[in-house]
Amino acid sequence: MMSQIAIEFREVSRHFGPVKAVDRVSLAIHDGEFFTLLGPSGSGKTTCLRMIAGFEQPTAGEIFLFGQEVTYLPPYQRDVNTVFQDYALFPHMTVGENIAYGLMIKHVPRAERERRVAEMLDLVRLPGLEKRKPSQLSGGQRQRVALARALVNQPRVLLLDEPLGALDLKLRQEMQIELKAIQHEVGITFIFVTHDQEEALTMSDRIAIFNQGNVEQIGSPAELYERPQTHFVASFVGTSNIIGGELARQLVGEVRPFSVRPEKIRMVERDAPVPAGMIALDGQVHDVVYLGMHTRFTVQTAGRESFTVVEQNLDRTLADIHGQEMRGRPVRLIWPEGANNWLREEGR
Amino acid sequence: MSGLTQAPPGSGSNSWSRRVSDLLYNRPLLLLALLLGPPLLWMVVIYIGSLFALLIQSFFHLDGFTGQVVREFSLATYRDLFTVAHMRILGRTAGMAAAVTMAAAVLAFPLAFFITRYASYRLKAILYLAVLLPLWSSYIIRVYSWKLILSKEGIISWVIGKLGLTAVLNWILDLPVIGGPSLSVSSLGLFLVFLYIWLPYMVLPIISALERVPRSLIEASGDLGARMGQTFRHVILPLAFPGVVAGSIFTFSLTLGDYIIPSVIGDSSPFIGLAVYSYQGTSGNIPLAAAFTVMPMAIMGVYLLAARKLGAFDAL
Repeated sequence: MMSQIAIEFREVSRHFGPVKAVDRVSLAIHDGEFFTLLGPSGSGKTTCLRMIAGFEQPTAGEIFLFGQEVTYLPPYQRDVNTVFQDYALFPHMTVGENIAYGLMIKHVPRAERERRVAEMLDLVRLPGLEKRKPSQLSGGQRQRVALARALVNQPRVLLLDEPLGALDLKLRQEMQIELKAIQHEVGITFIFVTHDQEEALTMSDRIAIFNQGNVEQIGSPAELYERPQTHFVASFVGTSNIIGGELARQLVGEVRPFSVRPEKIRMVERDAPVPAGMIALDGQVHDVVYLGMHTRFTVQTAGRESFTVVEQNLDRTLADIHGQEMRGRPVRLIWPEGANNWLREEGR
Repeated sequence: MSGLTQAPPGSGSNSWSRRVSDLLYNRPLLLLALLLGPPLLWMVVIYIGSLFALLIQSFFHLDGFTGQVVREFSLATYRDLFTVAHMRILGRTAGMAAAVTMAAAVLAFPLAFFITRYASYRLKAILYLAVLLPLWSSYIIRVYSWKLILSKEGIISWVIGKLGLTAVLNWILDLPVIGGPSLSVSSLGLFLVFLYIWLPYMVLPIISALERVPRSLIEASGDLGARMGQTFRHVILPLAFPGVVAGSIFTFSLTLGDYIIPSVIGDSSPFIGLAVYSYQGTSGNIPLAAAFTVMPMAIMGVYLLAARKLGAFDAL
């Protein structure tokens, strides 16, 4: 790779007794990357972040920060800063004192401290709030203060632990865009933890998908969406129709699992011809859910397999939507062979 | 089938209780009055009322000739109170209370800190028990036990003798103010017993204050470059300080008002509690006893104001 490695995990494990919170994880995060650790709760993503910050130590393996081993260094000796899930602002200090905390600890002179705090408040678009107490701020404002408090120390890596989880949808989307802009401006590595796959796809340069303490796949949002390698990734990132066993043999001629995204499948009449290079499967519409921008159909095949198909509501009329005539209708599903995405065989 | 023959809910035997709950549901103020009535009656009439009666009593005075209480407003009793001898009693009591409070805070904080931050679940339970256990036995018995422990033939003198440190003990007991013939009849002994008896009241509020400091704040401080000592000074201590103040209110006011410990331990120099006891009992000077009782309340009032000025309640 052309850029420097900011964070490297080598076979890192964190076991709590019999529980393998993180199990032999290896990954490399490049300098300047917006890297997301994505997974359901309990998948080990937060534990990994806490090991980078130094709040927890691995039970095995090594962690490197810009080539230097930091595995067992205490948090205060690491050139990383964290934005906490609950923001963790000091309630007895003003906003200004909160942001200046790291500088105060490093004995930066007062005048410079004040200048840099004001700079940071400008960066997070909260100018002039130095004298407020955290309790007087809204959730979104606290979030920004937490960000300013971490960034004022000019860390080489910023860790963000589900920082947008507590915000409402509108504010969250705003903050997603703003976080990206801020990262662009300060130009450092952001490591972001979330369980929200949409958030991860929107913001990240690359994503590591966590499942049960393991990294299932690392890749760009497009790679993960278009070419998921495992059952878990295929169904955790977006929605997938996963096909295997007998049905796979019937459709592609071999027993090998693959996935197809719902939007790649078209629904046509039963008697419609199947063009070359297309795969066809007959079924019956079982359920119809209107979702505004698109409609989601559940189609059941003769073999009792459920398929999800999504169609844009391009020229669907209100009568179409209200009329239930779609339900129970026999249809033919067709999709291009190229839409098939092969999955790793999993022993189960 | 059986469902059809059953009476509809709400009729029959439970209709009365249903009517009551409907009534209470529709009239929340009535419910509030029923809930708050008894405690308010207790607080206002019996508790505040008796304090008020006390305050009024302190403005009556005792007729020197007849020994009768004159029920007229006057400041004569307070004139009696503000004499050198009485002021000395107030000063001694307040000084003792302050010393006990400070020592209790210094002892309790590390213990509470250990219990909340480091002790395992099991050890935590054991330590909690160790703090609370003394409160389960009679206070009088514990005070008398201490009289034995501190006496000239007691275990402390014995241990000190075995260690060959009797000269040091004697030197301490020869000191003015805190000394005396033996530990059990010295101010130092009195201080130790006060400290022992009231320590749990300092430990528990500090534990609850420390437990309310989120772990993430401590992690954030470390993340921002602070070492343990700096985190303690800038984050933990300021946030736990309201707990120290709450504990100090207990230890200070309990020491201020106690009359049993100074009557059993120490050199029998009077404390506020003892003075109140003797004025209302032996000499029948109820107004002066009342005026004496007003003093601890006044001292506590000043103390709380000072604590607020220091910002002790800011982090609440």
